[in-house]
Amino acid sequence: MKVSLTRIYGLFLRHFYLITRSFPRILDLVYWPSIQITLWGFISNFFATHTTYYNNAVGVILTCAILYDFLFRTSIGFNMLFLEEIWSRNFTNLFIAPMRIGEILTSLVITALIRSLIGLVPAILLTSPLFGISILDLGIFLFFLFLSLYIFGITLGILVSSGLLRFGPSFENIAWSTMFLLAPFGCIYYPIETLPEIFQKIAYVLPLVYIFEEARNILINQTVNIENVYYAFIWNAFYFSLSIALFYYSFNAAKNKGTLINMGE
Amino acid sequence: MKNLIEVKNIKKNYGKKEAVKGISFNVEEDEILGLLGPNGSGKTTTIGMLLGLLKPTSGQIFINNLKLEENRIQILEMINFISPYIELPKKLTVKQNLYVYSKLYKIQNIKERIEYLSEKLRIGELLNSITGELSSGQKNRVSLAKALVNEPKVLLLDEPTASLDPEVGDFIRTFLEDYKKEKKISILLASHNMNEVTRLCKSVLMMKNGEIIDQGKPEDLIAKHGRTNLEEVFLKLSRSESEFN
Repeated sequence: MKVSLTRIYGLFLRHFYLITRSFPRILDLVYWPSIQITLWGFISNFFATHTTYYNNAVGVILTCAILYDFLFRTSIGFNMLFLEEIWSRNFTNLFIAPMRIGEILTSLVITALIRSLIGLVPAILLTSPLFGISILDLGIFLFFLFLSLYIFGITLGILVSSGLLRFGPSFENIAWSTMFLLAPFGCIYYPIETLPEIFQKIAYVLPLVYIFEEARNILINQTVNIENVYYAFIWNAFYFSLSIALFYYSFNAAKNKGTLINMGE
Repeated sequence: MKNLIEVKNIKKNYGKKEAVKGISFNVEEDEILGLLGPNGSGKTTTIGMLLGLLKPTSGQIFINNLKLEENRIQILEMINFISPYIELPKKLTVKQNLYVYSKLYKIQNIKERIEYLSEKLRIGELLNSITGELSSGQKNRVSLAKALVNEPKVLLLDEPTASLDPEVGDFIRTFLEDYKKEKKISILLASHNMNEVTRLCKSVLMMKNGEIIDQGKPEDLIAKHGRTNLEEVFLKLSRSESEFN
């Protein structure tokens, strides 16, 4: 049987209705990225005017803050979509509908992108009038960096959702903390040499370090190192495949353990 | 009559605990089968296995002659479920919820289907209401509408009238009787309301500790156990440890 676009659209609609019916939800999506960018903008301005080292600080830090926020929003957004089903006790209804796992994941992946963009676009628009910075300075490679971050954000979301499937709602706290655990290894605001050697080894097996190193490389050196983009995609492909396999494994484990019928209890 | 549900010797173990110990039963089309038993007797586990939410440790389930293990999606298209323990998204309107689930079940004429169910279940005036703001009786009718959106051949009901006032409860029972007769569907009804079971079910299964300890027509079971109603039979069977263990 083929993948059904109707069912993918149906599940997308469920979340679209939820978002558009609730002003606080839209505000929540827009509020945090905008506050984050504004805060980082002023901090970067302060450093730039008080030290000679941070010549290009505002542009670099703000760009990295926007990229990181996109990653964070994508990952949290995906988890939120899954958690919404648990909180609303709709989980069983969803899993007794004739939906393939691939259709559920595809729908959530698309919805998570839209949620992230709702938050990201106002934040990007703010940086220009407030700080004279445009993320578009990254050029065409901006697309590849965003794509890499999106894939990794979704990957983390799928990994956490696998945990929710396998262990139930008690896994919820992990959903909120994943990004904070990985952030130091992502080298978002500093070069990888800043990390102790053992941490560098961990960082090199994550796609994040290649993405943020490349963003800094483009902005500071005005050159493009295609290897960074390439390695980011290679690691992304690895972790994404792993997350999909783990999700299927967790789904089957949940069917054995009974988590699917007790979810939300 | 054709069997729409065939359960063959299914077992479910959670580690060393045997939740369901090899039970078998059939439900014919145009039949309501009652699934009775005290809490923890294995009713929910059995329903979970029929819905594909739980994998049996052993045994086989056939829905409309299709093996569940190999035809999960195809079977889920012709089955549905209602329980007071699951809800529809609270922030969506009734109409949005029915529309979303119509899409998930790939219903062709969604507008007509929602209109039909609204009329039958008297929820027309609720369509634009927020689902979370409805009374329990209204929520129950909306959940039933969702459960019928795909015109299921098999309907699984877990306590469908729990916490409803007598008028709404009677409306739901009458509706289920008429709908089953009209569409020739099979219904598996898990309930603790013995009057409801006596009224609706052609036959019942009594479960205890994961086993079927007795089965038959409600009137036959009442006569067999020398009691005056099904509730007394239920109490006798659920309290008699030595007789069945």
